[in-house]
Amino acid sequence: MTGASPSAAPMLETQSLVKRFGGLAATDHVSLSVAAGELHALIGPNGAGKTTLIGQLSGELAPDSGRILFDGRDVTALGVDQRARRGLARSFQITSVFPSFSALDNVALAVQAHAGHSFRFWGDAARDRRLSDPARAVLARVGLAARADVPASALAHGEKRQLELAMALATGPKLLLLDEPMAGMGPEESARMVDLLAALKGSVTILLVEHDMDAVFALADRITVLVRGAALASGSPAAIRADAAVREAYLGEEGEAV
Amino acid sequence: MPPLTRSVLLPRVVLAGLLIAALALPSVAAWAGEPFYLRLGARILVFALAAVSLDLILGFGGMVSFGHAAFVGIGGYVVGILFAHQADGSTLFGWPGTTNGYIVWPLAMLAGGLAALPIGAISLRTSGVPFIMITLAFAQMLFYLMTGLKAYGGDDGIALWSRTSFPGGPNIADHATFYYVTLGLLVVALGLGWRLVNSRFGRVLRGAKDNERRMRALGYPVTRYKLTAFVIAGALAGLAGALLANATLFVGPQYLHWSRSGDLIVMVVLGGIGTLIGPVLGAAALLLLEEFVPEAMNLVQAGLGEHWKIVLGPILLALVLFARKGLWGLVTGGNRA
Ligand SMILES: Nc1ncnc2c1ncn2[C@@H]1O[C@H](COP(=O)(O)OP(=O)(O)OP(=O)(O)O)[C@@H](O)[C@H]1O
Ligand SMILES: [Mg+2]
Repeated sequence: MTGASPSAAPMLETQSLVKRFGGLAATDHVSLSVAAGELHALIGPNGAGKTTLIGQLSGELAPDSGRILFDGRDVTALGVDQRARRGLARSFQITSVFPSFSALDNVALAVQAHAGHSFRFWGDAARDRRLSDPARAVLARVGLAARADVPASALAHGEKRQLELAMALATGPKLLLLDEPMAGMGPEESARMVDLLAALKGSVTILLVEHDMDAVFALADRITVLVRGAALASGSPAAIRADAAVREAYLGEEGEAV
Repeated sequence: MPPLTRSVLLPRVVLAGLLIAALALPSVAAWAGEPFYLRLGARILVFALAAVSLDLILGFGGMVSFGHAAFVGIGGYVVGILFAHQADGSTLFGWPGTTNGYIVWPLAMLAGGLAALPIGAISLRTSGVPFIMITLAFAQMLFYLMTGLKAYGGDDGIALWSRTSFPGGPNIADHATFYYVTLGLLVVALGLGWRLVNSRFGRVLRGAKDNERRMRALGYPVTRYKLTAFVIAGALAGLAGALLANATLFVGPQYLHWSRSGDLIVMVVLGGIGTLIGPVLGAAALLLLEEFVPEAMNLVQAGLGEHWKIVLGPILLALVLFARKGLWGLVTGGNRA
């Protein structure tokens, strides 16, 4: 966010992105723009293609056609790790941590990923304060400070979700792709996560996939609605709430919105 | 929480005991008039080195290489081939043969590492069972290559009539000296390995074993790190091969055979995967069992020893089931899982 005209160039832009699974267009000509600094929510019913879109943005899935621009550069052809090194971090819908590492070491590993190369064979990484100090700070930020030494496999589900976010944060990203960070959390933990995201807002660009509409409308600067692979609408929370097509396709279906 | 004193003290006491026993073995063998034990001890140390090198990639990197013996064999062949050229005065690519250890042993490591580079680069495009199969296929390919290499004995391999020499250094023609040199190299390898697995590099390796997909999402070019570990392990196995050629005064295609690779995996698993020191115990256990199970069976009934493999299998199975985290796990008390 140090460019001459930060608001002009979007942090993330997709141009007519298409991804098919057999006959199913899981991503159907999606053109999306996320401005630097905004919290952009991506909503849509189950199976709308949200995770598939995140997969293409992070580089795990190759789109069939279309382009992805990140921070002003075409990253469509770059691999997952290359995009991550340029500042694109993601959290996973299905918790993905390092089960045999402690919570602290999970985050330290994320710090290490962005602290130069790791062809360092001699020094004891566990005693390296350049890794553990920032890791502890991030753990504290997500509310896991007291659980630093617990193996990730022994954390409660909600704590794993917090750890998941901590790892993404610890890479110091420009853009955070969060795929349902509150999935499976209790109301108390969810509230804490909303507070956390609200505090993060502004300091890092966020693309948030979330089913919890209260959270989405409380947090988002802009919202894009995805239905059957296609972007149905994109706009401010107020505009989305008022959009007739969105109401019909999505918000009206109470059961799906929860 | 287990009693802190036990879990901290016992491993150290056992390690110290093992080192003392290893240091004392040559004297004990000499006193008992059993030079055979010295040779067996050296063999154990050599295979321990090979098993430790495999543990680096198998135990810490999650790479189940079923072709690790190939790198041991390559290291052995470097010693054997250079010996053969020295013996008949011929040249190899214009270079004379040599038995100078300052040249031969580093070359064996280099050859092991260089062979591991393309094999790893190709194998690491896959993971899981395909990785096992491809490493196995490469090793078998090299096995058949050596079998067909008539210039170097083909099936029969190369018999050496002297060990590598270290002008101005230790005279490893002496069995006890060779034993101590091997022990020294093993201890150094364990020390360096310990640094490595606890370094930043080692963390990347363990992270990739735990959750490779997550590692990539964090920004790690995982394959590069895994390949580096694979090459390091190959080089270390090459050194073990050079030692093996010296221990047995022989190199042959059987050193590269898949069953040897299987033995190395058994040593790692039996001793304790991902513990570095465990594979040393595993190597000792497997080689001692191979040595003494047939003997014990022959005592029961002459000739019965031929069928030792039928007995060894269940013993190994029982050991692995009983000591889930291997023999070293019994020491550290990590067998609760
Ligand atoms: N690897 C795949 N192969 C085939 N079909 C897939 C694959 N991944 C996703 N799909 C299909 O693509 C569609 C979009 O799935 P996706 O997981 O992206 O939806 P989603 O919006 O994230 O849903 P949810 O809200 O349940 O997480 C679904 O119909 C799904 O079945
Ligand atoms: Mg999803």
